[in-house]
Amino acid sequence: MNDPIKFVPKRDIRVDWQLIADMIEPGSRVLDVGCDDGQLLAHLAETKNVDGRGLELSQHGVNICVSNGLSVVQGNADTDLVYYPDDSFDYAILSKTLQTTHQPHVVLEQLLRIGRRAIVSFPNFAYWRCRTYLAFKGRMPMTNSLDIPWYETPNIHFCTLKDFTTLCEQMDVKIEQSVIVKASGQVMTRASYGSFANFFGADCIFMLSKKD
Amino acid sequence: MSANPPHSGNHSVVLATETPLPLDCGISLEAVNIAYCTYGQLNADKSNAILICHALTGDQFAASRQPLTGKNGWWDIMIGPGKVLDTDKYFIVCSNVLGGCMGTTGPKDTDPKTGKPYGLNFPIITIADMVRAQALLQDYLEIESWFSVIGGSMGGMQALQWASAYPDRVFSAIPIACAARHSAQNIAFHEVGRQAVMADPNWQSGNYYASESKPTAGLAVARMAAHVTYLSEAALHRKFGRNLQDRDNLTYGFDADFQVESYLRYQGINFVDRFDANSYLYITRAMDYFDLVEDHGGSLANAFEGTKTRFCIVSFTSDWLFPTSENREIVHALIAAAANVSFVEVETDKGHDAFLLDTPEMFKTIDGFLQSSAKSRGLIS
Repeated sequence: MNDPIKFVPKRDIRVDWQLIADMIEPGSRVLDVGCDDGQLLAHLAETKNVDGRGLELSQHGVNICVSNGLSVVQGNADTDLVYYPDDSFDYAILSKTLQTTHQPHVVLEQLLRIGRRAIVSFPNFAYWRCRTYLAFKGRMPMTNSLDIPWYETPNIHFCTLKDFTTLCEQMDVKIEQSVIVKASGQVMTRASYGSFANFFGADCIFMLSKKD
Repeated sequence: MSANPPHSGNHSVVLATETPLPLDCGISLEAVNIAYCTYGQLNADKSNAILICHALTGDQFAASRQPLTGKNGWWDIMIGPGKVLDTDKYFIVCSNVLGGCMGTTGPKDTDPKTGKPYGLNFPIITIADMVRAQALLQDYLEIESWFSVIGGSMGGMQALQWASAYPDRVFSAIPIACAARHSAQNIAFHEVGRQAVMADPNWQSGNYYASESKPTAGLAVARMAAHVTYLSEAALHRKFGRNLQDRDNLTYGFDADFQVESYLRYQGINFVDRFDANSYLYITRAMDYFDLVEDHGGSLANAFEGTKTRFCIVSFTSDWLFPTSENREIVHALIAAAANVSFVEVETDKGHDAFLLDTPEMFKTIDGFLQSSAKSRGLIS
């Protein structure tokens, strides 16, 4: 019971987490929405010295976080973001959680209200393996990163890279930075977020801000 | 006025001797006695002190033998070397609340004006008054800020009151299974308990101290009713079901046929040996009056505006006295106040009493929170 706090992640840090960490200024205030068992928060606390907070739906995840000394509350991204004050964080992070929310556009709005910047990562449903899976097998795509069958997946609002950038345009949100990752974990260079990236990119990470 | 180097043990001190203690009701109390227990050692810069706030029927004997019952402390499971509230690391203070009956000034003590026990002449006290008395103790111990203030139920209310009224004197707060205001249902249960006491002819309008007979029957009934609210339907079913007590058949009478009846009677009878009926009236009233929302213009977030205190809120799934929804209201207010807050709902069928029992998930939560708080306070590297 009296072991020192272990901020060391249990397994290798997820690729998108490292890329998110690279986007974050040291010493900033960070809210991780859908923080799971707190590995990203712990990583950011250790490597970027952030003042980190988390919101997590699963009780199991929350309990692990708090037992490890992280400031995390149990709550729902769809309903509980309204309690956070405006601009109370430098970054509001939503890593691979957008597609599990009931109203992704409202969640996005809330993130940009709470954080000066929002960092959002999600799987690209227009990734070529997904496209060919659906085209040739005629079934809901299952890939290495989307490995749960349709009837069990928490992912209820899949989108493509193009869908996401279109939504950003509609919401008048500024895309500050984008990183598109191949299935291998390699970052696509000079891909920006056009059709090429929409075909070959497996995962997307965007840093967003409100337009002035 | 200065305390001797604090050490483990039972203590008693008379405070508010020069300046009387002002109460919410408008009356001031002079020369307030505060009975308290301490465990562990206060460090050189006095930064490792934890205040434990006890619940309605608790006392200062959190981890020591209760002198009237001879039983172990009510939070023995949490306090001690190597335990969550580690006495090798922390200096633990637990004081009997104002209005209590285990040594701190309360209705059974002598009213200096009459030379007789206060009885109902004791002023109505509030949770804020209890905390004011504890703040006098903090001054007396020369502790600038508690490393943590922790408590369950009414103890949690005190922890919230501490963080709200004295934000600079509380580094971290752990309110467990409580609420920022007492609900109508809880006030209703308390009223049942008080009416049971007052319906006992031996109560004699609170002037029973010189009598042979005390209002034990009324107090026992109050305790029985309250005790049901501390458990859960599932826990009662698991413990007793419809099992019969020492018999094979129903007696077709009003004896304690069922184990659950026998258990409640036992709880009631034992309680009256260690608790004063008037104290029960006063302390339940203090809980009823507790409303941090109303105290802050209808917005709980105002109670914690600009707070630097770190918070850890804990609730239990089967607690219907202080359900998760009420704990969550505190969490939302703390979030709105941009406070550093953790919140865990522990899954258990043990009901409200879970905070007093072997609840490993609660231990892990509080341990993790305290360790990270200790790190941020510089108590551990």
